[in-house]
Amino acid sequence: MRLTKAFNRSLWVFHLNTGSCNGCDIEIVATLTPRYDPERFGIKLVGSPKHADVLLVSGPVTRLMVDRVRRVYEQMADPKVVMGIGSCMSGGVFYDSYSLAGPLEEIIPVDVFVPGCPPRPEAIIDGVVKAIAKLERLEGEGK
Amino acid sequence: MSENKKIGSTYSIPIGPVHPALKEPILFTFKMNGELVEEVDFAPGECHRGIEWMGMRRNPVQIVHLTDRICGICGVSHSLAFARAVEQIAEIEVPERAHYVRTIIAEYERLQSHLLWAGVAAHELGFDTLFFLAWRVREESMDVIEYLTGNRVNYGIVQVGGVRRDFTEDQFPRIEASLKYYEDVAGKLLNLFLEDRTIQMRCKNTGVMSEKEALELCTVGPTARASGLAMDVRYDSPYAAYGDLDFTPVLPHQYLGLTNGDVYDRIVVRLLEVVQSVDLIRQCLENMPSGEVLWEKKYPKILAACKKATGEAVGRIEAPRGECLHYVRMDGNTNPQCWKVKASTYSNQMSWLNMLKGEQIADIPIVVASIDPCMSCTDRVAVVHGERTDILTKADLHRLSVEKTRRLAQWS
Repeated sequence: MRLTKAFNRSLWVFHLNTGSCNGCDIEIVATLTPRYDPERFGIKLVGSPKHADVLLVSGPVTRLMVDRVRRVYEQMADPKVVMGIGSCMSGGVFYDSYSLAGPLEEIIPVDVFVPGCPPRPEAIIDGVVKAIAKLERLEGEGK
Repeated sequence: MSENKKIGSTYSIPIGPVHPALKEPILFTFKMNGELVEEVDFAPGECHRGIEWMGMRRNPVQIVHLTDRICGICGVSHSLAFARAVEQIAEIEVPERAHYVRTIIAEYERLQSHLLWAGVAAHELGFDTLFFLAWRVREESMDVIEYLTGNRVNYGIVQVGGVRRDFTEDQFPRIEASLKYYEDVAGKLLNLFLEDRTIQMRCKNTGVMSEKEALELCTVGPTARASGLAMDVRYDSPYAAYGDLDFTPVLPHQYLGLTNGDVYDRIVVRLLEVVQSVDLIRQCLENMPSGEVLWEKKYPKILAACKKATGEAVGRIEAPRGECLHYVRMDGNTNPQCWKVKASTYSNQMSWLNMLKGEQIADIPIVVASIDPCMSCTDRVAVVHGERTDILTKADLHRLSVEKTRRLAQWS
């Protein structure tokens, strides 16, 4: 698989918890550990959004986190991809809560959704692959 | 500003709510004097999803699935505590076999949770090789959990009146294989975590909490046991099948000969509990009685029993992080009149203030991680006061107020 020019070597990932139950977060970390080993594709967790190409967002976006989600998104350099992890991106089991500001796509543009409660590590890797495919398509269209 | 430039004066460092050292959103403010922490304050609440509020508008069978999503790591503990509270109110008798199934899955949860924590602790120390190793060892328990319940996280196995799936005899060899795997690897893990010089240098005499402090701050679970308090809900007031099992609370002096109450002792307690969990699961497999696993297969009947019930009860469980408590009050409606969750981190988090005082900036991550904090369990109440209008805006409050007035008007 040839990556785009922008992602010539690897995809660096920043993980943002927006009030998730930890289920998706530990699956994201489990994805990054040796069993699934995505580092062979160059996928790596980084500590700052300024270094990241992909923003992994987990959780239903509580009111307190809305501003932080926007700020983290704005801090990332272009081109960038946003991945929403987990069913509660659209409310899910928390659909009628008063303290949620989601769904996420109303706050920042989302490129790939990975449903599941929580999604399996394989599904998360599949989501990243889809994100790369989308970037290649966008580049082909000259966007 | 000019004050900050003076040598020896204090300055403050905010950490969070989005920070690579924190897996969950929480805001810490450290008042520093040079390299030393003078004062600590923290503001949780970013994970508040209003779960209790939602629960009070749903029926007990629906809430069980909501309790699973309070926390993705200790979901079974929450659903078990809630189910026990409702069972007490509705006087539902849980079949004996269901108690054993619940115990086995609760112990597997403890296994994976403690190994997860051990990995995170190694990561906070900068020992990433050990982090990866611990998480690889953890995958074995995730495989078994998936094999038994159908999902890696949020198992959805506990139901009011029993469990939704039985563990059959042909599944036992796979469970036994995983227990064997953990017995083989336990010695290696203990050796790597406890004999390593780097870990000893970083963890011994770091984040110390004495037995007296642990008692005064009402800490629970491994955090309390690491300071020498022999308290364990499984042992003190047995639930599920724990009354039939042979075990005692794990204390650091059993391994080290003395109790310091530092981060190192917390590692000791959690690793020894991994060994203990393996033993408890084996005892369960040996003594497992036959029979049904659910009080009533038809959910409408369970709901009818819950609807008839009136009263209040408390369900207490030893979650991987300590005591987890659910208070439920039913008043003859399908939905509970009141539901309150007290997670283990809620009891433990105040110990940060004492533990972090006098520590260096570099020790903050490991000391914070040492109580195994879980903010998604803890953030139960939205704090709305003073200048903190960012939680609910004025317009929101106004809207909620109008809605409540309308609701009350409809009822009266």
